[in-house]
Amino acid sequence: MSALKPKHQRLVLVVLALIALVAAGLLAGYALRNQASYFYLPEQMRDDPPAVGQAVRLGGMVEPGSLMTLSDGVTIDFAVTGRENSRIPVRFSGIVPDLFVEGSGVVAEGRLGPDGIFVADNLLAKHDENYVPRELEGMSEHQAAEMAEETTVGLE
Amino acid sequence: MIAELGLAALWLAAALAFLQMVAGALALRTGPDGEIAQISRPSAVVQGTLALVSFLALLYVFAVTDLSVELVAANSHSMKPWIYKVSGAWGNHEGSMLLWVTVMALSGALIALVEKRLPERTMQATLAAQGFVALGFYAFLLLSSNPFARLEPAAAEGLGLNPLLQDIGLALHPPTLYLGYVGLSVAFSFAVGALITREVTPDFARVMRPWVLVAWVFLTLGITAGSYWAYYELGWGGWWFWDPVENASLMPWLAATALLHSVSVLASRDALRVWTIMLGVVAFSMSMVGTFLVRSGILTSVHAFAVDPERGTFILFLLAIYIGGALLLFALRASTIAEGKRFAVASREGALVVNNVMLSAILAIVLLGTLYPLLTEAFDVRVSVGPPYFNPVSAIFAIPMFAIMAVGPLLRWRRDRWGRIGKEVVLIGALLIAGLTAIGLLADIAFLPLLGLAFALTLGIASFLPLRGRRLLKTPLATWGMVIAHFGIAVALFGMASESAFSTERLAALQAGQDTTVGPWRVRLAAVEPQAGPNWTALAGRMVVRYEGDAPVEIAPMARSFWAPAQQTTESELVTRWNGQLYAVLGGEAQDGRWQIRLWWKPFVTFIWYGGGLIALGGVLSLIGRVVGDIKRRRVRRRVDERREDAEAFA
Repeated sequence: MSALKPKHQRLVLVVLALIALVAAGLLAGYALRNQASYFYLPEQMRDDPPAVGQAVRLGGMVEPGSLMTLSDGVTIDFAVTGRENSRIPVRFSGIVPDLFVEGSGVVAEGRLGPDGIFVADNLLAKHDENYVPRELEGMSEHQAAEMAEETTVGLE
Repeated sequence: MIAELGLAALWLAAALAFLQMVAGALALRTGPDGEIAQISRPSAVVQGTLALVSFLALLYVFAVTDLSVELVAANSHSMKPWIYKVSGAWGNHEGSMLLWVTVMALSGALIALVEKRLPERTMQATLAAQGFVALGFYAFLLLSSNPFARLEPAAAEGLGLNPLLQDIGLALHPPTLYLGYVGLSVAFSFAVGALITREVTPDFARVMRPWVLVAWVFLTLGITAGSYWAYYELGWGGWWFWDPVENASLMPWLAATALLHSVSVLASRDALRVWTIMLGVVAFSMSMVGTFLVRSGILTSVHAFAVDPERGTFILFLLAIYIGGALLLFALRASTIAEGKRFAVASREGALVVNNVMLSAILAIVLLGTLYPLLTEAFDVRVSVGPPYFNPVSAIFAIPMFAIMAVGPLLRWRRDRWGRIGKEVVLIGALLIAGLTAIGLLADIAFLPLLGLAFALTLGIASFLPLRGRRLLKTPLATWGMVIAHFGIAVALFGMASESAFSTERLAALQAGQDTTVGPWRVRLAAVEPQAGPNWTALAGRMVVRYEGDAPVEIAPMARSFWAPAQQTTESELVTRWNGQLYAVLGGEAQDGRWQIRLWWKPFVTFIWYGGGLIALGGVLSLIGRVVGDIKRRRVRRRVDERREDAEAFA
């Protein structure tokens, strides 16, 4: 390969770098639209469920009395409730976070199964006094009052 | 008293930063011989000393747990182990920002003391820029996050430090990363200084290079240590979560890696002038963006301990001033910087340009993925972006980069022919194809890990090719540094690919005395017993674990309850062998008296961090090589000068 025409080298380099960056940007934009995992409230999931198998997150309150450990000792079933009496059953295999209890807020990462049960790979609960998953924090502004009526345990 | 002393030192340091900025800027007009130019270097030195005094004062109030200081009361506790009392000084927002400005002021003092190679005008401009950047951070500390604020009346007891942070990791990880971030601020100041005086020369690159190297080494170590810390402390079994804060440390690293390579081109070949300056600005911008993301609490992250909109706004404001200002200056001046030397496509420079472009593309991808949730939130849509986005999309650019990394170092500077290194290219290609087919046939694994393993194998061998035909003892240290750092990338890549391809997991509920298996391990839960530590109580799951045919080992992962602040953590336990790690976590008690345990067998996972260590080692070797070379050159020059003076005296 021969050297580029000297006059244009800087220009060519700039153009190449720009092309690569724009390509990266476009690719990122395309991938983000498909791969970002959307956050659902229980009522949103009930009214407009995501495609079966698509990675999403579900945030709401753990319904008191719904928590049940299955016979293998590591799988739990519970329900997450939201506004308008919405209720989504969730199944999770693993070690639950320390602050995961009935009546508290939770964000479940996972996918909706064909049977309408949300299968969680991971649960995020309130970490400590200072750290609240952002989704729950947002919820406290909009929904704490309504949540409190339904569950009698509000979020801070 | 000590707290007031610290605060006073901090105010004085801020005043000196202002003086340094003004003096440096005025010296640009009066010329480097004017009286005003004599001020900037001493004020940089005194500023560094004062910042250090202030930081030592903070360490002191934490060490003695002075509960009349608000920050101590909010973050410490008299019963905490001593080491965590001291490291707790930077385990909070105010303290970590003070650490940041201290390191920054000290490095400013260091350049002012030792750097004599640059034209004095550029030096003055650099010091002025450094003072300007420091001033913003002083303002931030003093106006919105005073670490020495008093509490009236003093608290009876402190609130304690988040137990997740009560770990040796905290003593090491943030200071290391900060040294990296701040090293980039020095590179930024040099870039701005050179832009102002338009002196973008190989000499400038040689002055900037050690700072970039230091920053890069510390960033590498900080990321490696942080990754390992998250791996064993969080108990989730993962080593990288694409958490916004992890990304915030990765982005400056990517920019610094690109800068490191382009500054080398500038230093040895006088090409890529404008690009190097641009990267200098971008690298520090990424540190600032990182600080903004971490400190403003705008994104969900376990690191976000200062959720305070005022602070977020302040950092955003600083970010806008520095980055906006630097980019404006860049836009105005870039076209007036003379073009550097040219080169052919098939040359070392050409390969380094490809490396730079690929790194920048990965940087763009990580940045977009990190900011995307913020963007959609503006439209009231909440998303999170995780591995399904980051892994494949960054791999699209990482793979060609690895390919270029294998052959680039074999090319000559300026102009080369592919034909000259034909044999090596064929060897590398053959290795890659052989690796892909062999691993693909032998193991049933996903595509990305397969690519990763094949490239790790190829790179591992290719990274040593540049040493071929050289006398090893005569090879410059800097070359060894490059070889080892590239080999480190291969090692880390091997670890990552193995972990994702071959990890096995077992989740089980066991009664005391029962067995389970994970991979080649047999694990028996012996008993679950209570334990007590200095500021916690715990349940420890005593387990006897045995690797195929080896002697059994006893481990005891715990679920700890801290009382100040009241919080629970899981303390995982690891058994390390040469070929991987067993990772054990104790969960809760199921109703029927069984205990949940979670086990992973992660083959070769440790190679990720060995690789990180090797990469940093390569950086250190290269740094030593450069600095020693520089000192030798100075000595020779001095001797030549002396001889000439002697000769003149004789005449």
